[in-house]
Amino acid sequence: MSAADVPGIDRRSLLRAFGTGAALLVGARFGVAGARPSLAAEAALDETLQPSLWLAIAPDGAVRIWAHRSEMGTGIRTSLPMVVADELGCDWERVKIEQAFGNAAYGDQNTDGSWSVRGFYETMRKAGAGARWLLEQAAAKQWGVDAKECIAREHAVHGPGGKKLGFGELVATARGLSLPSDEQLRFRKPEELRFVGKETVRFYDATDITTGRATFGADVRPDGMVFAAIWRVPVLGGKIESFDAAAARKVSGVLDVVELPAFEGAPAFQALGGIAVIARNTWAAFRGRDALAVKWDGGAAASFSTDAFYADLRQKTTVAGKLVRAVGDAGKALGAAKKRHEATYTVPFLAHAQMEPMVAVAEVTDTACRVWTPTQNPQGVQQMVAGAIGRKPEQVEVHVTLLGGGFGRKSKPDYCVEAALLAKQLGKPVRVQWSREDDTRFDYYHSAAAVRIEAGLDADGKPTAWLGRTVFPPIGTTFDPRDEAAMPSAGELGLGFTELPYPIADLRLETGPARAPTRIGWMRSVHHVHHAFAECSFVDELAAMAGKDPVEFLQALIGAPRHVDMAGTDFPNQGAPLADYPVDTGRLLGVLREVTTKGDWNGRRKLPRGRGLGLAAHRSFLGYVAVIVEVDVGRDGTVRIPRVDVAIDAGTLVNPDRVRAQLEGAATFGTAIAMLGEITFANGAVVQSNYHDYPVPRLPEAPREVRTYLLASSAPPAGVGETGTPPIAPAICNAIFAAVGKRVRDLPVRKHDLSWS
Amino acid sequence: MKIEVNGVQRDLGDLDPMTPLLWVLRDELQLTGTKYGCGMGQCGACTVHIGGAAMRSCQLPVMAVPGPVTTIEGLSADGSHPVQRAWQDLCVPQCGYCQAGQIMAASALLANEPKPDDAAIETAMAGNLCRCGTYPRIRQAILRAAGGDK
Repeated sequence: MSAADVPGIDRRSLLRAFGTGAALLVGARFGVAGARPSLAAEAALDETLQPSLWLAIAPDGAVRIWAHRSEMGTGIRTSLPMVVADELGCDWERVKIEQAFGNAAYGDQNTDGSWSVRGFYETMRKAGAGARWLLEQAAAKQWGVDAKECIAREHAVHGPGGKKLGFGELVATARGLSLPSDEQLRFRKPEELRFVGKETVRFYDATDITTGRATFGADVRPDGMVFAAIWRVPVLGGKIESFDAAAARKVSGVLDVVELPAFEGAPAFQALGGIAVIARNTWAAFRGRDALAVKWDGGAAASFSTDAFYADLRQKTTVAGKLVRAVGDAGKALGAAKKRHEATYTVPFLAHAQMEPMVAVAEVTDTACRVWTPTQNPQGVQQMVAGAIGRKPEQVEVHVTLLGGGFGRKSKPDYCVEAALLAKQLGKPVRVQWSREDDTRFDYYHSAAAVRIEAGLDADGKPTAWLGRTVFPPIGTTFDPRDEAAMPSAGELGLGFTELPYPIADLRLETGPARAPTRIGWMRSVHHVHHAFAECSFVDELAAMAGKDPVEFLQALIGAPRHVDMAGTDFPNQGAPLADYPVDTGRLLGVLREVTTKGDWNGRRKLPRGRGLGLAAHRSFLGYVAVIVEVDVGRDGTVRIPRVDVAIDAGTLVNPDRVRAQLEGAATFGTAIAMLGEITFANGAVVQSNYHDYPVPRLPEAPREVRTYLLASSAPPAGVGETGTPPIAPAICNAIFAAVGKRVRDLPVRKHDLSWS
Repeated sequence: MKIEVNGVQRDLGDLDPMTPLLWVLRDELQLTGTKYGCGMGQCGACTVHIGGAAMRSCQLPVMAVPGPVTTIEGLSADGSHPVQRAWQDLCVPQCGYCQAGQIMAASALLANEPKPDDAAIETAMAGNLCRCGTYPRIRQAILRAAGGDK
């Protein structure tokens, strides 16, 4: 397949994306007034109506909508264009989705943080409603009637007396009109919507994917492209002392061997450096790489081992740390408590292990730089590649393919920099293909964590005093070598730790510093993973100690619905105002009620030994999720998960089918975290290499059935993609406790003997 | 050296006969629907049919390919194989990267066992990883393609 076959990357798209810059930015992000660009270049190209950066309507009625967020499995490439198409009144069959280039004019394109719908729902509504206004005005003008009598639906504008003109027939007139002001703009009423909130639109890429026609990163092949595999120093910050490439050069198909300089300073998004073997095909590049003889020195990190590091994390949770949030006097209250409970929970380093290993294709000429890659962060690619090869970011064309999974890994453009450096040096297009082993060993790992909780209990077993400490190497350490970066930021602590939703009279939350000589990054749900694991496990332990039903205990602990008072606490709340997105315990109770009712908690409680139900509820990415997990623990300790029930309140939902799919997927992703995932280091290097020693759930190990319950809400959209994951691991461990009476506090579960007789 | 893929004889010239079938398909024949995931037969992203049976292509030297090869591109002319239809109807894919391998594994299963039970599905599909977690819909889609789903 040649580059020209990749959807959405024709030259005209490029002109559009680059030629319509700042004026459109205003329209795109802050409303549509004044957004009609002077599309002189566009007009010269064809007779298309392009009222904003987001869509174009051709005279034949074809509607193209640009997806500026990356498709890595969430369905966002379908969901945001659905919003535009619904407001406009399209026949979905006549909509073509184009993948946008990296371009600052779109605003934020870094597809992470479960932010795409929350961040761009209004923008998409405005883009669609503004275009509809133009078409309705155009029809009114052509018919000589009041625009109020003209209504766009089903790809045509309908007027009085059965008049009807297709979208395409209105393009020429509409091109001469100005976009409405914000005051003139009218959104469709909820009952008029045909796509949003419905399950009427199929996932756009489903046919291409099921026929093998979809284009992922390694499916792009510009003319003259060569293939590269890179040997990298296994220890972060280590150096190549010398290497012998003679054997590599003898491998059939190998063309060249090229050294890439080691990174300097903080790793950030830099290429790691190494030795690249250039070949005629992927297999030769891999074999050539294997034939390199390299002498290297691990440097300062060569003594790093996770055994010592995990012990250190745990120890740090036993000493006073930096204050994060306080209510009352937890120290005094704990001292006075008649009954106390404490527990420490640990989660190891985790790898993203997305199915598509990192890959990037780059071409650098005197006048152009093009990168084709599965990236969550095309503007990040522009910036990093531009810096590495001495161009300006806007001179780097980034063509975003489908992503074979991302989970946060593909927000970091280190692999794209490798491809660009090689393409510049070789003067021809290069594809850098990471092997699975590269992918496992050179990830930006989910941070290992230890979380200790100590509580003072009242006569009912309810915690009235709570001391929580979390210690993990922050993501900031990847970007900042200074000592202060070892202390987690408010943003990282605000991922499930700071905002503990229970009304504890005497509460104290603390953190401590940690740094590991590896690249720490964000992975689906980020620090919510370990914070939800600790908090939701601890509450379950308290319920068991009190001899209470876990649901009733949790409801009593959450108490009356309220907005948690975060005043005086540094809590960024995903960048959203607390006024719009409070920490609302009423909504947490809502999902709890939904899942326990629909999931028949009471009816399913009495299970034989070896089977059990576990509960967990957690707010993350501004959404609320409660889950019930059923486990079946065999006498040999094998854990099966016959059923997961999950309820979500994420405010307004655009694409319910993809919301369900995300929750189904999150159940398996959470199962991987709970049961299987563990990255270890020995002598500074990652020990695991492939799916045999970094396993992820196979079909028989994954939840067999996932029942999803979507709460109807007109609240502003919250996150979905990551929101389902955090409660899964604690719910699994709580279910295991219910099944066999064994409490797992140190993940993964597979390291524990759960056998029973 | 010659190989039959999707009903067509392909001449591979003087290609290294030890080259795994996966890389022949992807790099030489530009049939990119078959994916690289692990290179050691762990993940199933590279699953194709050889003589009708589902096989991993990532470690199989092209010289040792025991019969005619069918890839996702050759499963049907237009995406209308019952397994593809079921996959589309239930919107099984998320990121989609593993799905060609899943579909090839499922279609080989149904060719041999038109009404598979749970155990047969688990055995046939355990070699195909999906990191997005589409497994519940994969189970449903197999049953649907087998005509056993409502």
